[in-house]
Amino acid sequence: MNPTHSPTATTTAAPPAVSRAPVTPKLLERLRAVCGGDHVYTDADQLRTYESDGLLQYRSTPGVVVLPGTSAEVRDVVRACCDAGVPWVARGAGSGLSGGALPVEQGVLIVVTRMRAVLEVDLPNQRIVVQPGVTNTEISLAVGPTHFYPPDPSSQIVCSIGGNVAENSGGAHCFKYGFTTNYVTGLEIVLADGEVVRLGGKELDHPGYDLLGTFVGSEGTLGICTEITLRVIPVPEAIKTMVAFFDTTSQAGEAVSEIVSGGVIPGAIEMMDNLTIQAAEQAVGAGFPIDVGAALIIELDGSRAECDACFDDVVAICERRGALSIRIARDEADRAQIWRTRKAAFAAMGRIAPNYYVQDGVIPRTKLPEVLARIAELSEEYGMRVANVFHAGDGNLHPLVLYDGEPEAERAEELAGKIVEACVEAGGSITGEHGVGVDKKRYMPSMFDEPDLAAFQMLRCAFDPRGLANPGKVMPTPRLCGEVPGPYRRHPLERDGVAERF
Amino acid sequence: MGLSTVRSESPPTAAGAAELLHAAATDGTAVRIEGAATKQWGHPGADCGLRLSSGGLDRIVEHNAGDLTAVLQPGVALAELDDALAAEGQMFALDPPLGAGARATVGGAIAAADSGPLRHRYGASRDLVLGVTVALSDGTIAKAGGKVIKNVAGYDLAKLFSGSFGTLGMIVEVAVRLHPRPSSQATATGTIDDPAQLAAAASLLAHAKLELQSLDVRWRNALGMVLARFGGIAAADQAVAAQALLREAGLQATVVEDDEPLWAAQRTAQRGPEGGAVVRVSGRPTQLADACVAAQIAGATLVGRAGLGVSWICLPAAAPGELVTAIDRVRKVLAPSACVVLDAPAYVRTHLDPWDHVEDAALVLMRRVKARFDPTATCNRAIFVGGI
Repeated sequence: MNPTHSPTATTTAAPPAVSRAPVTPKLLERLRAVCGGDHVYTDADQLRTYESDGLLQYRSTPGVVVLPGTSAEVRDVVRACCDAGVPWVARGAGSGLSGGALPVEQGVLIVVTRMRAVLEVDLPNQRIVVQPGVTNTEISLAVGPTHFYPPDPSSQIVCSIGGNVAENSGGAHCFKYGFTTNYVTGLEIVLADGEVVRLGGKELDHPGYDLLGTFVGSEGTLGICTEITLRVIPVPEAIKTMVAFFDTTSQAGEAVSEIVSGGVIPGAIEMMDNLTIQAAEQAVGAGFPIDVGAALIIELDGSRAECDACFDDVVAICERRGALSIRIARDEADRAQIWRTRKAAFAAMGRIAPNYYVQDGVIPRTKLPEVLARIAELSEEYGMRVANVFHAGDGNLHPLVLYDGEPEAERAEELAGKIVEACVEAGGSITGEHGVGVDKKRYMPSMFDEPDLAAFQMLRCAFDPRGLANPGKVMPTPRLCGEVPGPYRRHPLERDGVAERF
Repeated sequence: MGLSTVRSESPPTAAGAAELLHAAATDGTAVRIEGAATKQWGHPGADCGLRLSSGGLDRIVEHNAGDLTAVLQPGVALAELDDALAAEGQMFALDPPLGAGARATVGGAIAAADSGPLRHRYGASRDLVLGVTVALSDGTIAKAGGKVIKNVAGYDLAKLFSGSFGTLGMIVEVAVRLHPRPSSQATATGTIDDPAQLAAAASLLAHAKLELQSLDVRWRNALGMVLARFGGIAAADQAVAAQALLREAGLQATVVEDDEPLWAAQRTAQRGPEGGAVVRVSGRPTQLADACVAAQIAGATLVGRAGLGVSWICLPAAAPGELVTAIDRVRKVLAPSACVVLDAPAYVRTHLDPWDHVEDAALVLMRRVKARFDPTATCNRAIFVGGI
């Protein structure tokens, strides 16, 4: 989730929104009464700031932007929208890369960036309670130096935790530590009808459906979260970082497989191909050789004893798999430089190409060689360079399709689309961490059949039957919710109150 | 409805399961979906006309060792799966007690969101299931998620169905994440007779810079034990470090290398004796001492995941009326922590709400979810929260 996406924007018409009621003066008045006039934007200049998120290809102008400051204000804004029948979109920092926070044309955009309070740090229970506008990095800072919050998207300095919850964000360390969804234990959400619902809490295993886990990653289509309780964990005793260089990405891929199947789960294991190394090295100057085929960054963390024991194994595996050289981070500064090189990869592409398109596909790790070969074929066929960055442990690929200016944009996107198809054919997914948003919804039918999409819609309709929350995202075609077929029959026990008597 | 009218079916295909559900929905028959039926939890529920078993769906469809994933039918027994995966040095890190005859199934464990000591490190069923395929009462078969470790395409119905107790439909296939089996294991244990000191010692370990595989406690006959298990090349070294911390906290501590029986006992103690009852407490780690005291007062035993705050209080066999009173007392002492009654005689599960309390707004939303997925209330009718 890198905020510095594309050096120049190409403009694609926003997808047609389902026709809805417009923002009326009466609604504006109500929004101003709720949030205060200073936090309700209607000027064209102000609105323009919010017409795209991190994916600049899509633009759409909201009718109004509101910045509520409290949970109660969010609730009242949503209620106002509900009463007026106006669709709304929730937005955090706007750094998402799938157009998930793209406004509905002339709808309401609810921006949570004013809600930046850390409400409670409860280290004895390893929990933190925050408002949705708090940044990812601020969470680890608030629980440090003894604890940390593992999911670490590349945009972590700017991205909001509310956005992370909506997108189920990952990052470099999620192969070992898991994703946002594995750390959210409680949420306060506002449904599209303005109802406030608390799901989970600091405790695990609340009785009932796991609506908490269902909500995380639902891309703002099931409601908006106003308070988030997260699990944090103790920082590891030791961290050891190395980068091994190989002739080919296949060799590096084999090393990954052998490391993982040998029982070592690295804290992070990231691969960069030659083109990416060249760009990142130009940007950071960390001293990576620019003539190698692949760089494999491996970070082990955990207890010192375990780290030391595994590290020697990992070095031996890399050597056996033909590593040309291995650089071991001597100290924290050295480690930071290696990571800076990796995290600069997207932004650095600007140095070797005027434009690029970031793809986000997932494959089973063992399919890496064949999918990479397919990407190389496609690159040749289209006459466009493709740089590759991977979260190698979990098979999450970020191919970057490089192109030159507007005329090539469409073909670049087409090539990126073919890469996604190759991922699905290999048994993978159209998105590993960026989300479906507007950008990927056309690929949903390649992964999901009609009954699958119908089941998704059942969930959507349970939460938001009028389709007011972030309409036009995730699902490939707009759908309406019918009435629930047949009355829900209550069990006699429940009807008679027996089940709840005690 | 008499017992004689209850049909039993074990369809060998997902399509067969979907057809049976659809037919039942059409004629208003209530269906009880079950695996090996080792967990009779929740409200006793409505009399059913059809018992729909996952027994015919018992294949390991894929084991992708190189990808550390597997695709499983719901009727696969966890014990069998473990044997199959062990051959490749891997495991499915969901280790709930296996119930009568060690027959607990993959589908049952996931549908009931049951868990064991490995949860400390690897998470619960919700964290291990990558994708799910379900048969719904409208006769359709729907899938969500995928079979790769990382995937955010579409809604996460795998989490919705984990812990749904079969009330939304029948799980007919799951894709799960596997883990390498640790090369060696070792456990540090420490004993003490004071609940507060026990909890303090467990907390010390939960916050230590050690990589724990499991962190459990137990309380039995006025004596408590902390159990900290490590896996990996340096398991024994880490256990020694944990032993030192336990001693620092004032416990009698030791390191056990042949630790399997200790952990088997922890898992077994999550299940109740015939005629007794088990209460699962959703607490916070800082409330552990209170849970031990509550167990002590009730003459019960306790096992708990100390780092997670989840405990199982196991009440010995007693007259059903007395069990109801004892459970009420435990709930009162530990409120507002949710105390869910798992194993218990049907009388007990009828005379109190086994699910304890669900907030009104959340329950309304749950009813709406149920109404969309199973509008005819065909699946496991009236066994779940709020009579869902």
